[in-house]
Amino acid sequence: MSIFDKKITELHNALEQKQVSVSELIDASFQRIKQTDDQLKAFLTLNEEQAKQKAKQLDEQGSLQGERGLLFGLPIAVKDNIVTEHVTTTAGSKMLENYDPIYNATVMDRICASESILIGKTNMDEFGMGGSTENSAFQVTVNPWNKEYVPGGSSGGSAAAVAARQAFFALGSDTGGSIRQPAAYCGVVGLKPTYGLVSRFGLISYASSLDTIGPITKNVEDAAYLLSVLAAHDPYDSTSADVDVPDYISALNGNVKGLKVGVPKELLGEGVDQEIKDKIQQALKTLEGMGAIVEEVSLPHTEYAVPTYYILGPSEASSNLARYDGVRFGMRSESGNDLIQMYKETRSQGFGAEVKRRIMLGTYALSSGYYDAYYKKAQQVRTLIKQDFDELFANYDVLIGPTTPTTAYKIGEKVADPLKMYLNDICTAPVNLAGIPAISVPCGLTNDGLPVGLQIMGKHFDESTVLRVAHAFEQQTDHHSARPQL
Amino acid sequence: MSGITKEQVEHVADLARLNLSDEEAEKYTIQLNDILTFFEKLKDVDTTNVEPTSHVMPIYNVMREDENRPSVKREEALKNAPDHDEGHFKVPAVMEE
Repeated sequence: MSIFDKKITELHNALEQKQVSVSELIDASFQRIKQTDDQLKAFLTLNEEQAKQKAKQLDEQGSLQGERGLLFGLPIAVKDNIVTEHVTTTAGSKMLENYDPIYNATVMDRICASESILIGKTNMDEFGMGGSTENSAFQVTVNPWNKEYVPGGSSGGSAAAVAARQAFFALGSDTGGSIRQPAAYCGVVGLKPTYGLVSRFGLISYASSLDTIGPITKNVEDAAYLLSVLAAHDPYDSTSADVDVPDYISALNGNVKGLKVGVPKELLGEGVDQEIKDKIQQALKTLEGMGAIVEEVSLPHTEYAVPTYYILGPSEASSNLARYDGVRFGMRSESGNDLIQMYKETRSQGFGAEVKRRIMLGTYALSSGYYDAYYKKAQQVRTLIKQDFDELFANYDVLIGPTTPTTAYKIGEKVADPLKMYLNDICTAPVNLAGIPAISVPCGLTNDGLPVGLQIMGKHFDESTVLRVAHAFEQQTDHHSARPQL
Repeated sequence: MSGITKEQVEHVADLARLNLSDEEAEKYTIQLNDILTFFEKLKDVDTTNVEPTSHVMPIYNVMREDENRPSVKREEALKNAPDHDEGHFKVPAVMEE
């Protein structure tokens, strides 16, 4: 087994028994990135010098924190919309091409305290807007399973890096499915936590009421480790929930006997590829075989989730992205003789087509005369979507369906048709609107050799059950062991 | 809800501080019309007496003690600014001469 296929616990043991040093792990990661990233284009920035320096320190001094951190000495890749002190952070946008943050996001402080080492920042759709990583201002990341296909988005760089074993694990962010969808397309595990469980302080905002940060990993156990590091109340984030964080690792007991699984029929309806439906049915049979009780249920407002999401997300984005005006940070256009023209030239040159489209959608939805018809209506439908989930979770422990209606599609196939791209979020967006946790785990490959993702959704703050079911499924199958050949 | 005209797209772009070329305005008018037509699905949903949800968690008025504490240093705050002068952000002239 390659060192890149090892789990966090196995890497801990290898470090403990001095079979490998931290510096060797870091060197191996950079070597792998240099061998493969010309093809993949998963990384925007490498943090090589600092990473090697920190590795050397850890090798020489042992733990820098007294007791070894949970991710001691292990390399991590981080999506480029999470700010990293003195490591360029672009959010995939020309607007922030040279942005050098003066502080760390709270999650990065927690990653550093766990003694994990940042190896680089990964490519993404600009400001998290897109489902293919084709909307990055800098490069198009490809799917490691087939380089003609997209890796999904917007955390496509992080998912591709983990799938290609360039990184042992990574961070992504998820506003309408941006962790789970690329995880499904790339055949890795992606966890979107409950809204508020992980601090958003230092996450470059897209839609503040929907954005979450979460792990992208090779297996469920690693996701539990990473979540244990990330989850905590943060006084710097007013939306951070002050709740007890359970022991996610001990929750992975493999037991799903008697557990009630609801399968929303709307997530397996028209528009979902037959091969995907078949893989999901097989997965449900596996869980039934382990003693879970599987029943068909209904989320009646599912068909309204995509329009609701694409009104609320852009509305919040139009407000959040107003800060990019060329005054305090980011690029400034050289043209524009007065202040207003400078704003306009800067924003027109700095933002890409998808970002402009969403800013205009949001500005329109919030404008006088349209507010009630679009924004208020979408907020009301969001209430109904959340109620659908609440009602089911009164009787079911988890809900299960596909992560995406199709597998990865070809680069360039949908980029000119935004609505077609938006419809791909049908299985993931309802989860963000309700604020619940959900994980995508690999559940097989199609005949074309592309990965399929199984989505497991849970109650607010019940990541333990979501992880337990995902882990039990993973133990019973071998889908997560499949890896792309590069 | 109704379709959006090219003039409205240009007006919205102006509100959002974006310049659009004629070609871009044409393209966005077609695309936004497609998307707004799709949004009309929401008209089918009866939302009578349904409260809007702006935030999924019941968190209101999170306050901290009003105490002095260290803040970002001026030179750090200006570090990423495209232009600054004597400790201030510098912008093009606002007033005409």
